[in-house]
Amino acid sequence: MTYNLVCGFETHVELSTKTKIFCSCPTDFGDEPNSHVCPKCIAEPGTLPVVNKQTFIYAIRAGLATNCTISRIVHFDRKNYTYPDLPKAYQLTQFTEPICIGGHIKLDSGKIIRINRIHLEEDAGKLIHRGEYTFIDYNRGAVPLIEIVTEPDISSISEAREYLEKLQLILRHIEVSDCKMEEGSMRCDVNISVNKTGEKLGTRSEIKNMNSLSFIEKAIAYEYSRHVSAIQNGEMLYQETRRFNESDGSTSAMREKENAQDYRYYDDPDIPTIIIEESFIESIKRSLPELPIDIRNRYLNIGLSVSEADLLIKYKKVADYFSEAIKTGDPKILSNYILGEIFRLLETEAKKEIFDILVSPVQLSSLSNAQKSGKINAQLAKKALSEMLKSGKSWETFISESDLQEISDNELISYCKEAIENNSNALSDYLSGKEKALKAILGYVMKKTKGKVNPEKTEKLLIELITKKG
Amino acid sequence: MSKILYYSNLLKTGKISSSELTKIYLDRIEKLNPKLNAYIRVLPEYALAQASKCDEILSKDKSSSPLTGVPMALKDNLSVVGLHTTCCSKMLENFKSTFTASAVKKLFDKGAVMLGKTNLDEFAMGSYCNTGIFGPARNPYDLEKSPGGSSGGNASAVSAGIAPYTLGTDTGGSTRQPASYCGIVALKPTYGSVSRYGLLTLASSFDQIAPMTSTVTDCAIVYDAICGHDPDDMMTFKRKYEPTYSQLSGEVKRLRIGISDDFLSSSSEETIESVMKAVDFYVSKGAEIVKVKLPHIKYALPIYYILGCAEISSNFGRFDGIRYGYKTSLQYKDIDDMITKTRTEGLGKDIKRRIMLGIYFLSKQNYKEYFQKASMMRNELIRDFSNAFETCDLILSPTSPTSAVSLDFTPETIVEKYYADACVAPANLCGLPALALPCGIGQNGMPIGMQLMGPNFSEGTLLNAGYAFEKECKPELKPSIGVNYDL
Repeated sequence: MTYNLVCGFETHVELSTKTKIFCSCPTDFGDEPNSHVCPKCIAEPGTLPVVNKQTFIYAIRAGLATNCTISRIVHFDRKNYTYPDLPKAYQLTQFTEPICIGGHIKLDSGKIIRINRIHLEEDAGKLIHRGEYTFIDYNRGAVPLIEIVTEPDISSISEAREYLEKLQLILRHIEVSDCKMEEGSMRCDVNISVNKTGEKLGTRSEIKNMNSLSFIEKAIAYEYSRHVSAIQNGEMLYQETRRFNESDGSTSAMREKENAQDYRYYDDPDIPTIIIEESFIESIKRSLPELPIDIRNRYLNIGLSVSEADLLIKYKKVADYFSEAIKTGDPKILSNYILGEIFRLLETEAKKEIFDILVSPVQLSSLSNAQKSGKINAQLAKKALSEMLKSGKSWETFISESDLQEISDNELISYCKEAIENNSNALSDYLSGKEKALKAILGYVMKKTKGKVNPEKTEKLLIELITKKG
Repeated sequence: MSKILYYSNLLKTGKISSSELTKIYLDRIEKLNPKLNAYIRVLPEYALAQASKCDEILSKDKSSSPLTGVPMALKDNLSVVGLHTTCCSKMLENFKSTFTASAVKKLFDKGAVMLGKTNLDEFAMGSYCNTGIFGPARNPYDLEKSPGGSSGGNASAVSAGIAPYTLGTDTGGSTRQPASYCGIVALKPTYGSVSRYGLLTLASSFDQIAPMTSTVTDCAIVYDAICGHDPDDMMTFKRKYEPTYSQLSGEVKRLRIGISDDFLSSSSEETIESVMKAVDFYVSKGAEIVKVKLPHIKYALPIYYILGCAEISSNFGRFDGIRYGYKTSLQYKDIDDMITKTRTEGLGKDIKRRIMLGIYFLSKQNYKEYFQKASMMRNELIRDFSNAFETCDLILSPTSPTSAVSLDFTPETIVEKYYADACVAPANLCGLPALALPCGIGQNGMPIGMQLMGPNFSEGTLLNAGYAFEKECKPELKPSIGVNYDL
């Protein structure tokens, strides 16, 4: 009998509030080191924390979007430890009374990954090692974080990936965090153990500070086989924290000191217990946008495929744009425009995320309607779209300016007649039953009209004319 | 008579300028401070610059605050932007604050003139003002005696007439006990009525900034100026503060004064005698005396030291030598080693003792036995007091069990040393306001003090009761060194 993987996540997500959690320094990433610090966030003696209300709103949004219950009574605790990146020598966190409890995220399979809690806390600064010197950048110090803690409900690597992607998607859609693992605004501690079905949970190890999905997958795979082979070889497993080694995909135990840490938690005496009013929670609930899972279902209901729907909801701005455009336009054609021409233009993830294009949803929807009604054909629509994306013109302007207006029905009839007359060989082939020969006649029309006609319509007309003639 | 009002009157009637008054004080300081060591830093230029600004204001606006142009001093654990805040510790010997404490800012906004920073026990931990790096402060009544602590410098300065008033800080009696030793007045406000922002934290849930003055009226004026909500201290209350000054009627008829044997039993005979005389005074004025019971008061000191040390242990983690303050000059092999050496050298013995105790009380294996139990008992004690205040308006007790002890007083045990706080620490534990004022003179000529403790926000009641006593029964106190306040 094989061993089950039992895995849970503690995910730290930096909130995208404008200012830090206990002072008014900006939270921007990537600026000059120590340019976003003040007496409060470097813990100058005599300073006191002042809670940024926005962080509560963001945390409650995250809780509501992941089906959590929002606590009515919240306070902060001190987690004491000495490290140079932590100026106060304690981190303010919600150890005993987290702001959100007991939620879940549903995977595509229908499986529920339970969320034990979401709590607010402050980030630490960053150590930069250069030779024998260590530099400290406190810009990240006291940037607000939420930590989302799951139950050990994840039992495969693909579930692990799906859970994290779903979490990312939700938090991005409700605009709580950009969840950029590469910039450190989303980091995971992964808890892993193995057991056999029906047996109690095995000894757990925790891999700290993972910042890439593929590393997480590798680390889980490595830990799984390490645990299994230890059990099979009768070796002891220790409950310990481990680090992932990027070079060879292995994990190794952290120093004993880090494992023996006693954080001496206690109530922070500088921040009063905060009572959250029901009306406050309600107002946040009302302000929540449609969640990705609901948007996805809506897209599926209007005839998009799963992969189309998933691609469209991946970026919040794309989904917002698409949702707006389909109010008046054709979903399938619009989806093709976005996933085709527009995504080709916005080649990077970052560009898709920003989704800054010159064409408004209304313009795009109008183009889709023109195509659907046959006013213009797909090829021309594509040309028009690419021009619209460049110049911001409407498709009508583009068509009229570039003399690409579709020719009138009368003109089309005369083109078709001309084609039939000038392609007598093809005509006789067609009449003798070779249906494909019609393509040659159609090709003639297309060439003469520089592709300005609708091929299906023309084909129908040709058949009609030939039949009449015959 | 109120010193502040006396000076304010002279200033507003143009009999003296703030600059002249400030110079007079600077001269007094120059003359007396070498003997008292009450100030550890005198700031003549800073004071005179503030004074000349006040003179400008006073020349235009006679209706300004009574504090305008009147000099004062600050305990050296209160921040003023650009100035040293040393806490009398090697750790912060060269540390300069980058912002001004909210309470101090309020005084500055009203035109206070700061003469300098006063002596304290290192980081305000101590009861005798003798653990700081600048040496002990002395008691103006007897230079061989302690002025009390930790705000000993403040008490000594006010008592000797080299500061009209001062701001001290009170975590477990640190303004009231020295006030008692030096025969002055101190008001520990309700926790959360004065902002702690800019007060170098000792124990967060106990600390309050407190006025130390020579009269009750002065105390009321200064308290009225510094109290109120501050967005930089989330523990301050958002409420309307009635000026206490206007509550000083001297009327105490039907005031219910509570007496508890627990506060009397450990005090010296002469202290009990003086306090009982004050009781007689109140009775003669129509007050009622009520016996109150505080069943958990005997646990007050253990609770205070467990919780206080726990908070200290985490508050002091920030002194690591990285961003500010002292950093070891010795070789170190890594960051941990640097931090260890810095703290070993930079912090005094009593601080290290309390940090270690605090870590012990909070550690996983002891948390329940100590920290949690003490927190629970703190709530019991708060309940005791609120029950007591159902039957009385205030509780009268000695401030300190004895009058000032000698400078070389060496308690036999740490517990005995901490016992000086038995009457004063409960107010900090329970967040209650408490007023200390002189009530008698001991056989050796040293002042004896009493304390009036009331429910939250009863500052007005306490100050009025103190005012009534002071008006008629102020003991004839004469420091052996010092100057009279009138000019």
